Amino acid sequence: MSAQPLFELWVYLAATPLAGLTLTLVAYAAGWWSYKQSGMHPLANPVLLAVALIVSTLWLTHTPYKTYFDGAQFVHFLLGPAVVGLAVPLAREWGNVRQLALPIAGAMVVGSLVALGSAVGIAWLLGASPATLLSLAPKSVTAPIAMGIAEKIGGLPALAAVFAVATGVIGATFGKYVLDGCRVFDWRARGFALGLAAHGIGTARAFAVNADAGAFAGLAFALHGLAAALLLPVGFAVWSRFG
Amino acid sequence: MSPLLAGFTWLLVFQCLGEVLVRLAGLPIPGPVAGLALLFAVLLLLSEVPNALAAAAEGLARHLSLLFVPAGVGVMAYLGRIADEWLPIVVALFVSTLLAIAATALTFAWLVRRSQRQQEKVLP
Repeated sequence: MSAQPLFELWVYLAATPLAGLTLTLVAYAAGWWSYKQSGMHPLANPVLLAVALIVSTLWLTHTPYKTYFDGAQFVHFLLGPAVVGLAVPLAREWGNVRQLALPIAGAMVVGSLVALGSAVGIAWLLGASPATLLSLAPKSVTAPIAMGIAEKIGGLPALAAVFAVATGVIGATFGKYVLDGCRVFDWRARGFALGLAAHGIGTARAFAVNADAGAFAGLAFALHGLAAALLLPVGFAVWSRFG
Repeated sequence: MSPLLAGFTWLLVFQCLGEVLVRLAGLPIPGPVAGLALLFAVLLLLSEVPNALAAAAEGLARHLSLLFVPAGVGVMAYLGRIADEWLPIVVALFVSTLLAIAATALTFAWLVRRSQRQQEKVLP
């Protein structure tokens, strides 16, 4: 068989959404399989493996990101309904939230200020450009919310999404070691910290480890997304007027 | 209507309502976040979560990491900028994420211990 028909087949497939969509699901299945095989080891993060596989495939086949995203957007779109669906764990955990109102509110304020302040502060000290700084600001909230916030405050939405995903992967991968080092072994505190600092990817990690941790991660993820989406654009508007 | 389909319809309807609310009121928040707040208010009024809605929301939550893959692949579009500013970006992402996890967990655990001690004082 000569290469010509194969090449034509590839050109045809790459031009339909089918290729990007299939590549996303197959790469994720491979990432998930390795994660399972490793006994859910935090270093074998399925998102990291899937992204690495897809980027290498696109690079080897000289496929631009836009062509890939034409297919992958169907998966990306589901982030919207997934964010809306966070109302479910929030409503279910409402009793817990009211009982633990003080720890939740305190950890939320401290955690989100540390995440925002240290990210922007460190990047500024090391000389990052303004567009990068504004895209880093919402990195601890989930990608679709981060994109929305970055757009409102003048960052680059797609870059903010990349930073948010990287943050999620870093938190889910190394969070366990930080929490062990801090000697925090309360599952609710561990889950809450992962959900707040590493949004959906940290929440997925927390659910894989312990149900209580997962519930509190989902709670922190939802509350932080909501609070950041409400306060960051307002805070930024005030700061840029008087700053 | 199958439960999964019904649950999905709930989510999309509230996402639409959220988008409409944000546009009409000129709110500075993303549409899905407004949808989340509206659905949460309705669920508190209903005082229970419909099974179909729970099935769809939990189905999406279980595979949440998959949904971040397309946005993560976007890294290839910004390789130039990231290569130019790799030091501030890498240091800021690592240090601030791990610092935020430590600060959140320590604050949460400390406040839980403190409120438990206060309850012990009140009870005879």
